[in-house]
Amino acid sequence: MEDIARRVLELVGPGVEAEVLVGHTALALTRFANSFIHQNVADATTSVRLRLHADGRTSSGSTTVTNDEGLAGLVSRTREAARLLPPDSGWPGLTPPAPIEGEGNWDEATAQASPDARADRVRAFVDAAGGLETAGYCRTLYVAGAFANTAGQSVSGRTAEVAMDGIARANGADGLARLSSRRLSDVDGAVLGARAAAKARASTDAVELPPGRYEVVLESSAVADILQNFALYGFNGKSYNERLAFAEPGAEQFDRAITLVDDTLGESGLGLPFDAEGTPKRRVAFVSAGVTEQVAHDRRTAAEAGAASTGHAIAGGGSFGPMPASMLLEPGPAAGAAVEPGAVVDPAAAPLVASVERGLLVTDLWYTRVLDPKSLVVTGLTRNGVWLIENGEITTPVRNFRFTQSYPQALAPGAVLGVGPSVTTVPDGWGPAWRTAPALRLASWNFTGGASG
Amino acid sequence: MTHFDVATAAVQAALDAGARYADARVMHRRYEAMSAKNGEIEDLSQSEDAGIGVRALVGRGWGFYAVPDLSDAAARAAGSRAAKTAAASARVPGPTTDLTPVGAGAGSWASLCEVDPLTVPLSDKGDLLVHATKTMREHGADVAEGLYQIWDTEKWFVSSEGHRIDQHIRECGAGISSSVIGDGEVQRRSYPAYRGQYGTRGWELVQELDLGAHAARTAEEARALLTAPLCPAGETTLILGGEQMALQIHESVGHAIELDRILGWEAAFAGTSWLDLDQLGSLHYGSELMNITIDPTIPGALGSFGFDDEGTPAARRDAVREGRWVGVLAGRDSASVAGLDYAGSVRADGWARLPMVRMTNVGLEPGPHTLEEMIAATDDGIFMETNRSWSIDDKRLNFQFGTEVAYEIKNGRQGRMLRNPTYTGIGPIFWRSMDMLSSESIAWGTPNCGKGQPGQIGHTGHPSAPARFQNVRVGVRG
Repeated sequence: MEDIARRVLELVGPGVEAEVLVGHTALALTRFANSFIHQNVADATTSVRLRLHADGRTSSGSTTVTNDEGLAGLVSRTREAARLLPPDSGWPGLTPPAPIEGEGNWDEATAQASPDARADRVRAFVDAAGGLETAGYCRTLYVAGAFANTAGQSVSGRTAEVAMDGIARANGADGLARLSSRRLSDVDGAVLGARAAAKARASTDAVELPPGRYEVVLESSAVADILQNFALYGFNGKSYNERLAFAEPGAEQFDRAITLVDDTLGESGLGLPFDAEGTPKRRVAFVSAGVTEQVAHDRRTAAEAGAASTGHAIAGGGSFGPMPASMLLEPGPAAGAAVEPGAVVDPAAAPLVASVERGLLVTDLWYTRVLDPKSLVVTGLTRNGVWLIENGEITTPVRNFRFTQSYPQALAPGAVLGVGPSVTTVPDGWGPAWRTAPALRLASWNFTGGASG
Repeated sequence: MTHFDVATAAVQAALDAGARYADARVMHRRYEAMSAKNGEIEDLSQSEDAGIGVRALVGRGWGFYAVPDLSDAAARAAGSRAAKTAAASARVPGPTTDLTPVGAGAGSWASLCEVDPLTVPLSDKGDLLVHATKTMREHGADVAEGLYQIWDTEKWFVSSEGHRIDQHIRECGAGISSSVIGDGEVQRRSYPAYRGQYGTRGWELVQELDLGAHAARTAEEARALLTAPLCPAGETTLILGGEQMALQIHESVGHAIELDRILGWEAAFAGTSWLDLDQLGSLHYGSELMNITIDPTIPGALGSFGFDDEGTPAARRDAVREGRWVGVLAGRDSASVAGLDYAGSVRADGWARLPMVRMTNVGLEPGPHTLEEMIAATDDGIFMETNRSWSIDDKRLNFQFGTEVAYEIKNGRQGRMLRNPTYTGIGPIFWRSMDMLSSESIAWGTPNCGKGQPGQIGHTGHPSAPARFQNVRVGVRG
């Protein structure tokens, strides 16, 4: 890949600022439904992305055709596009040479996982569900990348992930288990299948409760949705520059229990050790003890804001803006005496459930969409298990709710009643990103509708 | 080697490796998108990708493998890998898989295109967006954005049953939007829809939109929204504009009638469907005004094609007739499981993704009224238009949608503007309350329909017209 990057820069020629990102992605996903494998896919793709700045004009292009003809075509099209476009007054320049820390999170067994290895995990998940209908996937992914630019920055790295996400179904009630890791050996289909089945069995005969504001314990899968919306909208440097984001650096916008970082290189991080502009990845704190510290920047949004890139440029993200892909909500202090979680509560949420007088335990949030980006009011539904908590005990399964809730307001000063002592890493439902979160106990969540309307 | 030769080699390799059925798609796709903000070009993306995806059926298990290499050796290796992957599926086997017969043969198809959008000079396309966003900015937009997108896709399909089909599909579209920032909230107006209007047409589609002529209005309306009263909360008579109706059809009918969802194949992610196949032909989905068709033959609509990605020729079919549910979106394997004799709604997002059940053009046949007549016939209600947010449950029943703008209706007249409009409901209850339907139909294009794992983006079309609904809950907010 380094060779491809070098060849492209040679084709661009002198007198032009240029950067090349070459990525090779091998993705394999074994999907099951009705307790059998119904889709089993894999692909291996190398793509080349070129961005150049010539005569004050900027353009970019990409291709998967990596032979000489394909690369020459990429350079020709991109140079021609730059010639025809208006001047780019906001060009931030190329990333200067800077070292990266390590090659990225890597596990050979994960990267080389076979179709049989994935199918074995599915088999174990299905068997552990004890006859309940199951559905989900087991995914392995590895990404290798090389970046080079005409300013002298040249870096490469690789990363691997395994993820399993599945439900068990009992009489129309679903139970969830979801986990991702860099190590194939961390994902045990039997453990996940048993957890999903226990939740499903405990969800049957759910009752409908009236909508309204409830105290809640959100398990990590539900908290991950909050992190995802923060990543997309709240801490997006482009939205921030346009005054469309809620983030106000320096302001105490969150409860003191909230510390939120992005940490690609950490234990729970996924991705290459540099971004699409070649900026080295580092741990970035967005919120420290409730105080908003900064937002995510690429070189362009950083220049506009008078800041430095935080290493969050995404390929082709010019119109969307920079985005963190390894968000981590720091866990709370360790609990005292161990709390028996019971059948339906994730062990990470058990200490929080035990302290709730009356509230709801929420496993997962679904189909969340932003009603207003500035206040980050989001509507969506609960999914995969809701239970009533009374006097610290799970008492009754509850039918799903629709909610309409400002996410930052839910985590505002005084609103966070507890942060779980351990975190779980879950895969993004759509792309290669991870969210790592503890369970959260929140004073209020605005449920605006029941399952029947 | 021709692309047909490459695909044939891949299919043969899969058969040699034990497949009892195999197909292969060679695809070459070019994509171009430009965005502008506040009178300046913000981003230009130009990409090209080419590769082959091979699907193999071994015993009762499917396998799929894709590579961006169109050499004979790579194609054969992909066919072999697809069969090997299918064999691994046998570790967790399902019921016997058959394919509903659809006939095999050769074919060739190309979409309508008067002006090849990739040959229009970038400078002309840039000028269009710069002018429109500059105008919006001058008329009060804090953030004025414009976007166009172009896809040019050629594909060659071969199957072990004898299919040999090539298609050339060109799609494009554009849109503009004005955002204004108020005290703790953002208001937006877009034209003709938030992400624009799209179709299987050439640049003439974008020219007909005449973005510049609507730029000032979007900015002025967005600014007016900042001081407009909130949409009241309660139950009322609701009239939806045609573009919002397209979203309503997409989310609460289109996805619900996908056969893979009905069969539980999407249960863990996209979800299932509230529909039960035992009720196909008898279920009362909506009012008698509700006639929904599945029609990939509509010229220029975004979900149009000559053949789907299993080689099934495009054909029109009823999904809902006079309010009764009568048809589904199906593929060959799902149709076989369901005991149906038709397929034709399977497509893939590029060569590297598995073909799956997708909407084509799922639309509402026009009714007898006009929007003006519907407003005149409403004593007390709300008119909402231009989608802003959408959320629906995993069974496609419980929805909550928001639009950019609403207007009060009093005594048959459209009144003051309302901000932050939302409405919520349960699919069949909502559709059964439709009592007026306009004849002013437009085939709206949705270029961002997500489904599947790995995720795929689908392009769908939705002919729709303004309609009126009774006793709808509106004004839900956080």
